[in-house]
Amino acid sequence: MSSLVDRSADPLVEAVPARLEVKNLRIQLSSTGAEVVGDVSFSVHAAELLGLVGESGSGKTTVALALLAHARRGLDISGEICLDGENLLELKAGALRELRGAKVAYVPQDPSAALDPTLRIGFQLREALRVHPGAAEEIETRITEVLRESKLDSTPEVLRRYPHQLSGGQQQRVAIAMAFACRPSLIVLDEPTTGLDVSTQRHVLETVRSMCRSYGVAAVYVSHDLAVVGGLVSQVAVMYAGRVVEIGPTEQVFGAPIHPYTRGLLAAVPSPKRAEVLTGIEGQPPRPGRKPKGCAFAPRCSYAIGNCSVERPVPVSIGDRYVRCMRARDIEKESYTVRAALPAAAAETGDSLLKLRGVQAAYGRQRILYDVDLDVYPESCTAIVGESGSGKTTLARCIVGLHSNWTGEITFKGSPLASGARRRQKEVLKRIQYIFQNPYTSLNPRKTIGQILSEPLEHFFRFSADERRSRVNRVLEDVSLGSDFLTRYPNQLSGGERQRVAIARAIVVEPDLLVCDEVTSALDVSVQALTVEVLRRLQSERRLAMVFITHNLALVRSIAQTAVVLCEGHVVEVGPVEQVLEHPKDPYTVRLIEDVPDLAEVGSLPEVAPSTN
Amino acid sequence: MDVVTSPPAAVSPPRVRRQWVDLLGAVIRTRRGALGLALAGSVVLVAAIGPFVAPYSPDQSVTFPFAGPSSQYLLGSDMLGRDVLSRVLAGGWELLLMALAATVFGVFIGAAAGISAAYLRGRVDGFIMRTVDVFLAFPQLVFALLLVSIVGPKIWLIVVAVGFTHAPAVARVLRSSALEISERDYVKSIELQGVRPAKIMRSEILPNLVSPLMVESGLRFTYSIVMMAGLAFLGFGLPPPAPSWGYMIQENRIGLSLNVWAVAVPVILIAVLTIGVNPFTDAIARVAIGLDSRPDEALIDDTVVEA
Repeated sequence: MSSLVDRSADPLVEAVPARLEVKNLRIQLSSTGAEVVGDVSFSVHAAELLGLVGESGSGKTTVALALLAHARRGLDISGEICLDGENLLELKAGALRELRGAKVAYVPQDPSAALDPTLRIGFQLREALRVHPGAAEEIETRITEVLRESKLDSTPEVLRRYPHQLSGGQQQRVAIAMAFACRPSLIVLDEPTTGLDVSTQRHVLETVRSMCRSYGVAAVYVSHDLAVVGGLVSQVAVMYAGRVVEIGPTEQVFGAPIHPYTRGLLAAVPSPKRAEVLTGIEGQPPRPGRKPKGCAFAPRCSYAIGNCSVERPVPVSIGDRYVRCMRARDIEKESYTVRAALPAAAAETGDSLLKLRGVQAAYGRQRILYDVDLDVYPESCTAIVGESGSGKTTLARCIVGLHSNWTGEITFKGSPLASGARRRQKEVLKRIQYIFQNPYTSLNPRKTIGQILSEPLEHFFRFSADERRSRVNRVLEDVSLGSDFLTRYPNQLSGGERQRVAIARAIVVEPDLLVCDEVTSALDVSVQALTVEVLRRLQSERRLAMVFITHNLALVRSIAQTAVVLCEGHVVEVGPVEQVLEHPKDPYTVRLIEDVPDLAEVGSLPEVAPSTN
Repeated sequence: MDVVTSPPAAVSPPRVRRQWVDLLGAVIRTRRGALGLALAGSVVLVAAIGPFVAPYSPDQSVTFPFAGPSSQYLLGSDMLGRDVLSRVLAGGWELLLMALAATVFGVFIGAAAGISAAYLRGRVDGFIMRTVDVFLAFPQLVFALLLVSIVGPKIWLIVVAVGFTHAPAVARVLRSSALEISERDYVKSIELQGVRPAKIMRSEILPNLVSPLMVESGLRFTYSIVMMAGLAFLGFGLPPPAPSWGYMIQENRIGLSLNVWAVAVPVILIAVLTIGVNPFTDAIARVAIGLDSRPDEALIDDTVVEA
């Protein structure tokens, strides 16, 4: 089983050898020899994009860095990485240095961290060409050319700027221009659009694709966002626990997935087009050195049979793809079930529970919110959507009292709220609960889960110790965590489990209103699905009113009844979710919805007009 | 809190020990921590059991002054003909206890001031930190000398004086650490419950300062020892004839050529102690930081955090 994608059988492809050929790549911890990545083989042809997808901890970034023959400290690489027939892993340090940047280029996740803030853009671009003499005959012409291709102004004015004088999207274009400057054979893109807004993301993706095509560059695109990858690449490799579990043409892998993990992952991706029940994948991926004997996915797999936990599966070839599952042929016959539609819930009317009128907020002198009106009705969920910088988090913080520099009127159950939490009554603080964005910082690492959950009960109620204990146990059950979590510390929990603890902490005091601020943005997609389901179930069971803040338009469908679109501090559109998403009126909403990638449109990233920024 | 101490019996959670037991266990397993503990521990052992095993009375002359080592007096005798070994064994525990007390006192005051300044901000912050600046302008030893020379050498006063000189520096360091903790979401979440600031500082912020607290305590402990020995050397320690490592150095240095051990042994013990304490507390700090992260996971893929 030397190669997962062995296309030597195809006479057409044999004529053109692949630019990048990875064989039996294995990366292990130097200390213990535990396998981090194993048995990874794939090939990428000229002008082809391969997507490498997987959740955090799957080893996708480790593989991406290995393609530059680089491993983080404490990791050893073995196997073969051949670029145009040359094995990178056998090169000496000097030869490798010449190769990096010239023949293999890397685009990092965060351009603001990758560009030197003290050097002008022009200097940094020229530097890339200068250290690789021969890459371009005329450096200045090449720079103009490459800037034009990455849809940036090539005027001397832009070249004189410093990185902080560019927007996030422009910075990422500069990083891409730099990577393409020497006309490399291979370009490795490590989540290059993760920090960008959907619109910017779409333009950047289109740029990458057209540049790969026009220069015959082989590209490996690493991402956790399946919808983005689906629209961009022709081949996709799904990674789990350091191994490729399914690899093949994108339409096949995403259109009719076979491996149970791929199926689970796709079922977790929310769709902006339909209101569906999201299903996540319970459990956690194994850590290196603690992988089960058989298939690494078996403990979480609903298709698993006895043999799965005994024998390591080998890749099975089905059509154009390879699936690392011993039941692949059985599963292929079982149809890939589409998710259940959500029961339609009408948006509530009548008396609102929370009412905002003319709310204006500012940080220092900078105004963030302008005249925001908002109504949240009992027992219904209102989603507040907007890009970064739209003021949605500030709005949430005004409601809960974390941000007190605001004017206007916020009334809760008919009575006005004081601006800051310190000036609000205990009863009000109890009725409105807030869930933070990042579960890694919202739980005190020095307290057990039991302590974290019983604290609010001690503070707000006068229960006996027995009563507190039973309530804490009950709320843990409610968020699908068992009572064995009571004595654990937050650092023993995964991100999804932490966020569920945070949810439990909020609902244990039986509030009327739950304010959720981007609660899934730090989580993997399969965990996001589980978390959203827990929230949706709790909201309907406990008849909670909820404010759900998100930048992810697709997610809104699966949880909210009412949608509010926020743009630069102004509410531009309000209405029932279906109406806002299907018949948007405001041009901003229209653009926002068009730019959201959707898995249903695999391989169909629409061509965009040349950008004018 | 009650929930934690008596978990429901039905489930079988992984046995959870108190966090600090894990912490100390992990510290001893590090090379740094084991080395520090071995060095400092041996000196502490000498000081602790010394008074009980001393062969002679530390205050009585047993032979002629500055006698060299002999089978009878292993480290020879001092300026008044007292047995050096007995004085060394008997004179350590007082120094250690005083240094410990001064450290606890100084770190306590400094931490209280630093954390309050960081969490309460505003005028409280300004007042505390400007006061700290004023005190930092005095050289530590001069400040302690000043206090002791006014009131006279009393044990409690030396402890308070040395401890007090530590407080400003401790406050500075802990303020900066506490500033960052104060902005964390779990602190905000408790604030949203309307909990009193004093309780937030005690139960949310303080437990997360273990790492800087340990480093500071170790550092201040060694400073305390050096300052106490220094005060004794300058004659501001306990009045003679009480045995004290610091004062031994001062009173016996005139006989350095006759019996070097009367000076060298206290010097070596103080040096080994101060050298040992630092790697030990440093190891605690490192392990405390490490416990909060999951190193094997961080090595594989960074957690995705979107904007």
